Amino acid sequence: MITCKTSREIGGMGHPIKRKEDIRFIQGKGRYVDDIKLPGMLHMDIVRSPYAYARIKHIDASEALKIPGVVAVVTGKDLEKYNLHWMPTLMSDTQMVLPTDTVMYQAQEVAAVIATDRYTARDAKEAVRVEYEPMKPVVDPYKALEPDAPVLRTDKEGKTDNHIWHWEVGDREKTEAVFRSADVVVKEHMHIPRIHVVSIETCGCVADYDKVNNHLTMYMTTQAPHAIRTVIALVAGHLGLTEEKIRVISPDIGGGFGGKVPVYPGYVIAIAVSFLTGKPVKWIEDRSENLQADSFARDYHITAEMAATREGKILATRFKVLADHGYTDAAANPSKFPTGLFSIGTGSYDYDTAFMEADAVYTNKPPGGVAYRCSFRVTEAVHAIERLTDSMARALGMDPAEFRMKNFIKKEDFPWKSPTGWTYDSGDYHAGLKKAMEVIGYDDLRREQAEKRKKGELMGIGISTFTEIVGAGPSRDFDILGIKMFDSCEIRVHPTGKAIARFGTKSQGQGHETTYAQIIAEELGIPAEHIQVEEGDTDTAPYGLGTYASRSTPTAGAAAAVAARKLRDKARKIAAYLLEVSEEDLEWEPGKFYVKGAPEKAKTIQDIVFAAYTNHPPGMEAGFEATHYYDPPNLTFPSGAYICVVDIDKETFEIKIRRFVAIDDCGNIINPMVVQGQVHGGLTQGLAPAMYEELIYDEDGNILNGTLMDYLVPTAVESPRWETGHTITPSPHHPIGAKGVGESPTVGAPPAIANAIVDALSVYGITHLDIPITPYKIYEALKAKGVIED
Amino acid sequence: MIPEPFEYSAPTSLSEALTLLRELGDEAKILAGGHSLIPMMKLRFATPTHLVDLNRVPGLSYVTEENGVLRIGAMTREHELDESPIVAEKFPIFRDAARLIADPQVRNFGTVGGNLAHGDAANDQPAVMIALNAEVVIASLDGERTVPIDDFFYGFYMTAVQEGEILTEIRVPIQPGRTGNAYHKSERKVGDYATAGVAVQVSLDDDGVCTYAGIGLTNVNPTPMRARRSEEALLGRRIDEDAIAAAARYAAEDCNPSDDLRGSTAYKRRLVRVLTQRMIHKALERAHGRSTH
Amino acid sequence: MTRDITVTINGEQHTVAVEPRLLLVHLIREKLNLTGTHIGCDTSSCGACTVLINGKSAKSCTILAVQADGASITTIEGVGTPEALHPLQEGFRECHGLHCGFCTPGMIMRAMELLEKNPNPTEEEIRWGIAGNLCRCTGYNNIVKAIQYAAAKLRGEETPSTEPEFV
Repeated sequence: MITCKTSREIGGMGHPIKRKEDIRFIQGKGRYVDDIKLPGMLHMDIVRSPYAYARIKHIDASEALKIPGVVAVVTGKDLEKYNLHWMPTLMSDTQMVLPTDTVMYQAQEVAAVIATDRYTARDAKEAVRVEYEPMKPVVDPYKALEPDAPVLRTDKEGKTDNHIWHWEVGDREKTEAVFRSADVVVKEHMHIPRIHVVSIETCGCVADYDKVNNHLTMYMTTQAPHAIRTVIALVAGHLGLTEEKIRVISPDIGGGFGGKVPVYPGYVIAIAVSFLTGKPVKWIEDRSENLQADSFARDYHITAEMAATREGKILATRFKVLADHGYTDAAANPSKFPTGLFSIGTGSYDYDTAFMEADAVYTNKPPGGVAYRCSFRVTEAVHAIERLTDSMARALGMDPAEFRMKNFIKKEDFPWKSPTGWTYDSGDYHAGLKKAMEVIGYDDLRREQAEKRKKGELMGIGISTFTEIVGAGPSRDFDILGIKMFDSCEIRVHPTGKAIARFGTKSQGQGHETTYAQIIAEELGIPAEHIQVEEGDTDTAPYGLGTYASRSTPTAGAAAAVAARKLRDKARKIAAYLLEVSEEDLEWEPGKFYVKGAPEKAKTIQDIVFAAYTNHPPGMEAGFEATHYYDPPNLTFPSGAYICVVDIDKETFEIKIRRFVAIDDCGNIINPMVVQGQVHGGLTQGLAPAMYEELIYDEDGNILNGTLMDYLVPTAVESPRWETGHTITPSPHHPIGAKGVGESPTVGAPPAIANAIVDALSVYGITHLDIPITPYKIYEALKAKGVIED
Repeated sequence: MIPEPFEYSAPTSLSEALTLLRELGDEAKILAGGHSLIPMMKLRFATPTHLVDLNRVPGLSYVTEENGVLRIGAMTREHELDESPIVAEKFPIFRDAARLIADPQVRNFGTVGGNLAHGDAANDQPAVMIALNAEVVIASLDGERTVPIDDFFYGFYMTAVQEGEILTEIRVPIQPGRTGNAYHKSERKVGDYATAGVAVQVSLDDDGVCTYAGIGLTNVNPTPMRARRSEEALLGRRIDEDAIAAAARYAAEDCNPSDDLRGSTAYKRRLVRVLTQRMIHKALERAHGRSTH
Repeated sequence: MTRDITVTINGEQHTVAVEPRLLLVHLIREKLNLTGTHIGCDTSSCGACTVLINGKSAKSCTILAVQADGASITTIEGVGTPEALHPLQEGFRECHGLHCGFCTPGMIMRAMELLEKNPNPTEEEIRWGIAGNLCRCTGYNNIVKAIQYAAAKLRGEETPSTEPEFV
């Protein structure tokens, strides 16, 4: 049950108020980066490599430069003069802005053409002649580790192999001991495919350098404008472009999902060109470039094992990961976490022994390791544990729901310390699964399935009961390039009682303009409709690390609540002064302070704010403003129980999702409409890699599906009608008890779908299929099993 | 994504269009619905130097029935075919296909003639027209000629439409007797090209003997393909399960799919078998008036 | 070589000199500064650029501006007014049919024609009807609901509840 403490007029937490930002979007008045047009603006297009691995012998721009309207062609050699040809990644690796001699993946940036309009730039790109000497690329990450594999990163002094890093957590010896003596052990090899976020808006920027004032305004598609400003200052500071001279503006963003966290070469080249020409430079990548070159997500090869007793008690898990990062580690994780929060992979189950290790390798593929609507690497971890859980239940002959119920961490055992070191804040996993089972009619479905199996029909039921880990994060562990992962809110209330609030995060569709206003409305009683929320301009917003990994509510949302509470404390003082009583004699109810026992003696928040400007108590600072930088004491741990039912055509193996019930627990709910919308969207983005999406490369490193004709983003037809609900277990440490929700469904849905499909096919002895599970993949698996002949 | 520069003409009569095409020779490319051509031009896979736009030529868009023949103007949009009352009554196969071609916006502009003249075995109308045994009318300054559908597809993106010619009409004979037709394709997601597609039309006489069988296959052969042995397996007999199974098996054996992202050769053959079986059943049901859907 | 074309966009006539290769979407966005129509792909897969041409929904990235000579075009800017939103615009907001807003203009333009042809579509008809428009944020549930809401309103019936429904 969602309860509201404020009236609908105030519109605090729990009210499904309509979104403020929609007004402009539904009328075509959003302002996205490609909508920005500045006087004298130049357009940039990028020449890209047709080869996955090649030496650049020669770049001939002469024909391109003859085209009227072409201003310049920029190569790595040009950037080298300014020491701008390489840049750091967020993981302290290095990435080429433009190559001086070698290209490392197909579609890598080779040169940039600058022209007075977009069409001319496109023609000039075609006219640039590049001579390559192709080399045999390393595409398979396992082969990359073989002793005779060519060393790809010859730019790194002393590098003798393609290994990037090794990471491990847990107790290796203890885990091995448990596995040696366990009754039952299951093991699955799984690949979590390389996928792409495909926000409907691609990436782009307008770099506007003002030579006269030595000032750069950078409009760009970024989820983390402040961090980007700092990165630009680190990269270009030696040219005099220091941080105070840089203003990053992230306008309306057409979806991010992690793909708009990294700094792409195109941004840096645009800045360099604007810096050199003194003119605004627009760069908007097209979809093919976006798919082929921008950061990928996932691409984890996982060997996952679970040990249990014969009675069905989980004893231990062990994961071994090979992470394919492409030619550089351009993941967007907190710096101390090369595998992100993968160590959440012990799951929702009560056992005390685990060991996980990972190794990362370089290959001739695009760099990355971003989120795809997922907290850092949590999807990979959850997929592994939830698939494994099903495999174990099957090995034990237990129903997968019963097996989960038997092993869940109990509600009363929170806060619960996981074997990999996390302290889960709260949860009620039994309640979530029970509700999902009731809603979907689990027992009836199992009976129906038994009947169908007798008739040879393929029906499957899949469960996923996941624990997320979001809200990075506490400053003791979490930073990006040294900057702690707090987030911020600044509230200014105007004399008439209306407010503007600014944040270090940046919405890309999450609805911050509405939900943040609701948090402040809840705390101050100022109607949400009178609280204007602003993000994305580094000149005005307080510093923050941005929006990704479901961190906005846990960090900036908390900052909003704390900043508002600071103001409420001030309001109490002013009210006491105005009512001539002591502060202790005042009671708060949303929107006003009144004297205990005399509710008619009251001052509304509007009265109080007005007084802060017109009649503030002697000795008190005038005005009504507060700022808070919130450093979370812990992460938050949303959870969910998902059940999926599939029917599979036994001749064509077409998969139909008949029903999908998602019960989420994201703690207290700020706006149920927005939360539900986030869940719906996340579920479709979970469906996508489960059944449709994967970036596919051939052995020469050519991408085989680099457009949306072959990279299969689900439409409204593939996407089923999601049935969603919730249980509410507030986070005990978060100021408003919220946990974050944007990514839970993307994390939880793939194993539910995979488990349902594998459940249907288990009659043929299938225990695992890698996602995306397509009819063709089922066909191949059944053929391999000898179930079908043709 | 921007095409290379090109010249553009929009003739307002068929003769003007044909004259232009003759003058321009192989530099010209016909623009019909443009929804295959323009994406290829944007990706710069196609770089014609002159586009001759037929969209302003009157009299090329119609769906009529005359003397037992369904006549479809080449510039008829896919959605117009889908919405035509004659189609609803006698050719539900076109509705089956229309629903699976790309998406609604594309069907608003994509033309039936263009779908054939593009010469792509992955398009859906070719197999349908093969199953219906259509004829294609091709005009040039020298007059009109009629080409049976079996002689229309030459090779990859190549058809009987030669330089200086325009495909103007498709003629579909309306079979006597109880006739049913149906089309389906397996696709990876809605709007995708077929992994495999099968079009079937059957006609039965009063004794239930098959007097016409047409079976066309999508995207399992270098060109759109007629499954001739499959048709023969049905013709001249009452169609029973054995005949259907044989027809389906022949179609699977005779097609020549290739391995690609959509699946292996063997997988596609399996789909052809299953879909042939299903579409024959569906066409028979429609022939018997048991189902129009 | 440019040529003059005349198009009526949202009721206003414009004569513009264009290259034959100019895509309609660029005419709309770059020459006429109507930036509500978006570009999301190269292959007419995403539908973000959908506008109405003589009442028919069209992917303006796959149509040449010269082809639209003489045509009447409606973009999102020509739908409703701030004072009187179109029922579809209202439906998308009321039913939370959008998140980032990037696909929304195209979705609304597509739904305009859908409802024009079929004033009372089923859920399945709506889903197939918007199959040429990709949305990456919403999971489509609420887009379907928004179109149903608008359909009811356009039929003059009482609109369904817009409160979120939970299981």
